[in-house]
Amino acid sequence: MTATDIDLVDYEDAIDRFDPVLGIEVHVELGTATKMFDGAPNIFAAEPNTAITPTSLGLPGSLPVVNGKAVEYAIRIGLALNCSIAETCRFARKQYFYPDLTKNFQTSQYDEPIAYEGWVDVELEDGEIIRVEIERAHMEEDAGKNTHVGGATGRIHGATHSQVDYNRAGVPLVEIVTKPIPDTKGRAPEVAAAYVRTLRDIFRALDVSEAKMERGNVRADINVSLRENARSPLGTRTETKNVNSFRSIERTVRFEISRQAGVLDAGQTIIQETRHFHEDTGGTSSGRPKSDAEDYRYFPEPDLVPVAPSREWVEEIRASLPELPAARRRRLRGEWGFSDLEMRDVVNADALDLIEATVAAGASAQSARKWWMGELARIAKDRDTELTALAVTPAQVAELQGLVDGTQINDKIAKQVLTKILDGGGDPTAIVESEGLAVVSDDSVLTGAVDQAIADNPDVVAKIQGGKVQAIGALIGPIMKATRGQADAGRVREIIMDKLGVS
Amino acid sequence: MDHAPQNDIIRTSAAAQAAALRAGETSSEELTRAHLDRIAAVDGDLNAFLHVDTDAALATAQDIDSRRAAGEELHALAGVPIAVKDIVVTEGQPTTAGSKMLEGWIPPYDATLVQKLRAAGLPILGKTNMDEFAMGSSTESSAYGPTRNPWDRDRIPGGSGGGSAAAVGSFEAPLAIGTDTGGSIRQPGAVTGTVGVKPTYGSVSRYGLIAMASSLDQAGPVTRTVEDSAMLHELIAGHDPHDSTSLTDPVGAFTRAARAQDVTGLRVGVIEELEGEGFAPEVRARFTESLAQLERAGAEIVRVSCPNFTYALGAYYLIMPSEASSNLAKFDGMRFGLRVVPEDHPTAENVMKATRGAGFGDEVKRRILLGTYALSAGYYDAYYGSAQKVRTLVQRDFTAAFEQVDVLASPTAPTVAFRLGEQVDDPTAMYMNDIATIPANLAGVPGISLPSGLAEDGLPAGIQFLAPARADERLYRVGGALEALLEDAWGGPLLAKAPELTGGAH
Repeated sequence: MTATDIDLVDYEDAIDRFDPVLGIEVHVELGTATKMFDGAPNIFAAEPNTAITPTSLGLPGSLPVVNGKAVEYAIRIGLALNCSIAETCRFARKQYFYPDLTKNFQTSQYDEPIAYEGWVDVELEDGEIIRVEIERAHMEEDAGKNTHVGGATGRIHGATHSQVDYNRAGVPLVEIVTKPIPDTKGRAPEVAAAYVRTLRDIFRALDVSEAKMERGNVRADINVSLRENARSPLGTRTETKNVNSFRSIERTVRFEISRQAGVLDAGQTIIQETRHFHEDTGGTSSGRPKSDAEDYRYFPEPDLVPVAPSREWVEEIRASLPELPAARRRRLRGEWGFSDLEMRDVVNADALDLIEATVAAGASAQSARKWWMGELARIAKDRDTELTALAVTPAQVAELQGLVDGTQINDKIAKQVLTKILDGGGDPTAIVESEGLAVVSDDSVLTGAVDQAIADNPDVVAKIQGGKVQAIGALIGPIMKATRGQADAGRVREIIMDKLGVS
Repeated sequence: MDHAPQNDIIRTSAAAQAAALRAGETSSEELTRAHLDRIAAVDGDLNAFLHVDTDAALATAQDIDSRRAAGEELHALAGVPIAVKDIVVTEGQPTTAGSKMLEGWIPPYDATLVQKLRAAGLPILGKTNMDEFAMGSSTESSAYGPTRNPWDRDRIPGGSGGGSAAAVGSFEAPLAIGTDTGGSIRQPGAVTGTVGVKPTYGSVSRYGLIAMASSLDQAGPVTRTVEDSAMLHELIAGHDPHDSTSLTDPVGAFTRAARAQDVTGLRVGVIEELEGEGFAPEVRARFTESLAQLERAGAEIVRVSCPNFTYALGAYYLIMPSEASSNLAKFDGMRFGLRVVPEDHPTAENVMKATRGAGFGDEVKRRILLGTYALSAGYYDAYYGSAQKVRTLVQRDFTAAFEQVDVLASPTAPTVAFRLGEQVDDPTAMYMNDIATIPANLAGVPGISLPSGLAEDGLPAGIQFLAPARADERLYRVGGALEALLEDAWGGPLLAKAPELTGGAH
């Protein structure tokens, strides 16, 4: 029996009998103007091989120079993760041959990372907080990108040739490596995804990266191992490379736990190897074995002088750190008076910034939440898009709510106005005016409609006059219809009661 | 013999040529043509040049002539032609580093030092021959055939910069650029009767130098006089933001130091470990005579011990190949230069293997294997790690020695030029040629080699001075003074004693 046709063990069963330990390596592409070691622009989606210099291409004679902004960003990340910042550190060369690697070595940090020994608190769905210990955060450069042409799958197997785009070669990366994360039990998949989400939010708050998972700005390598119980030594781990969505991270961990349990049940041993995640099946497959045989022949990069950030500079950066996402969530929840559940829904829906901006534009927190988590969330779902991608600004939402609060329109009209905004109709007030949607509270108009309704519905009138005041609704319906929903319902009720002499 | 009197100017120093240009006695175009004619006449035999760029050199010369005619303020060396070692990248002109791997490669950019040469208006005559990727001490490992020594065409011109030294020594070029990783400017200088300077590490930008060993490589001047070296060094030195190891210090007043001709009170340390066994008797004799001249002129001669120099060669031959194995990994047939596609199963990995197998010569492969081994897991500490410790000890020897003396002295190379083919099959013997020059590279300190006279077989020998890092001015001071004393004693420059070359006689 080979590792590929092993029987998976049911996840719950595997968790009952084994103790999973996670280890996660997250790469984040820094949003600097230029690359890690040269002046080539750091941009996405340019024509292939246009964002390059002799250094990005590793041309003979070219030399690297460290990007000071990338060092600053790395320090920001290190400080946000409660790390110590090295007083002096060096780059090293990690050597292997591959066509996407211009020098056939990657300039990276090896035994001297810029940041080390930190931690980050990760909040789970139910509010539980798990502290993840950070071993190190180091700087390195990205490689180029291979495209395999001619095969059916786009993979190298079956391709007739490959093309290499070096635009990404030399893009600055920070790699954050956790210590082994124990004691996650059955929540291991959730913890892995929540950890990467926490880092993603921190990168965005620090403004060091766009941190878009779908663009590969943030990539995670997920290490999983199993042991018999929490007192056993660590088991052999596998490393699933470049998993780039939160859902895929959860599925990777879940699958590896089931698979490794199957391997162990079959009396086999786990092979230390890299693995690939497959979106279509939710499974992982063997990559290359990662054993002691791999020898990167690291040695200190002689073309670069050591990086020695002054303590004054580090303290300046520390003082300039923005409020981090966890603290900000705590503060906003208090200011807005949301429940834990409401707050979690808002965060999970990626609506925090939108609601904050809507409140800043004058809406109450509850009304802002109601719009974004209610009507707008429903529309986003119908249109299969993100909340942030909808063509409505927080200011427009606040303005809309202002019209409702001022009784210029009612809730029903407000939803119509919203649709018009989304279709490019402009600002709410302008729409209400140009479309004549304002609530009608002009008594002369309303009295006519009331008289007509009374004349049309003698049986209802009789009921009301007979004491069934709640039957008024049966008169209001036709009036609203006659006024295309724009009648001020409260005023209509008053006029009816006046006319019929009830109170 | 093309020895018309008007061409005598090519046998003078670059400073003299520059003065003639300023005085209007000649034009840069005339001067450049005279050198190109000389190359045409003798280089078929010497093979000092891999590429001669007649059109570009003349275009620069004509430009400088018209700018001079227009009264423009020009650099002191403007219009004086120069040759550049083929390891320095030149935009639009072939650069091969003496290797098949880069045959026909036209770089899309200029090295920083080349930009400086162009900005100052020095016509670039062409690219000079060298040991493949600067690995060798004889220029015999060039993929394009060896260069011959102008003093005796059966002998080597030193290495790896044999082409630059031979071009200057044979009056093909008044100035040349070399690179010195373990002595590749100084040792060829010694065996061709020319002057060569390895500046302080970081004094001249490495941007655009095809790297052999990054922590050791240093570009510098190859000339006929100490003053010429000083002028060229001043031109190419200075901070370069493209090279993070480049020094930020202001460039020293090297030319003034070269002209000072005063060694009164200068303490010259003789390195005990670099004058005994292994150094040919007549080479030692010329060295001793040179010291005596300095002493008569007021210098103080002191014997100094640098005990760890004994281990320098061993450390060098671990660090250099380690860095080289890494620096040369980029030559894989993917982005530039040679690509060999094997017929069966042409995967990327097999293309890389076939390209490297076909493109690199024996000495390069030997050093890549040595370096790969020295860096590999399990051997790193024993080899690379130990070598770095020795490097530190060598640096300490220098520090201690420079507490006692201002400069250190030794013969530049242990022997005069040996015969072509004599050491090719004995790498260890070949490596010994750099025994005196290597410590300076390990420590990053500057060194100069200048002629000390004729030794065995009437061939030139050289004397080397070393100074503390950033104290390059001292080298020019002692070098300029000794050169003047020796030329007085000889009745003229040593190169005047070189046999006349007759084109194509070999």
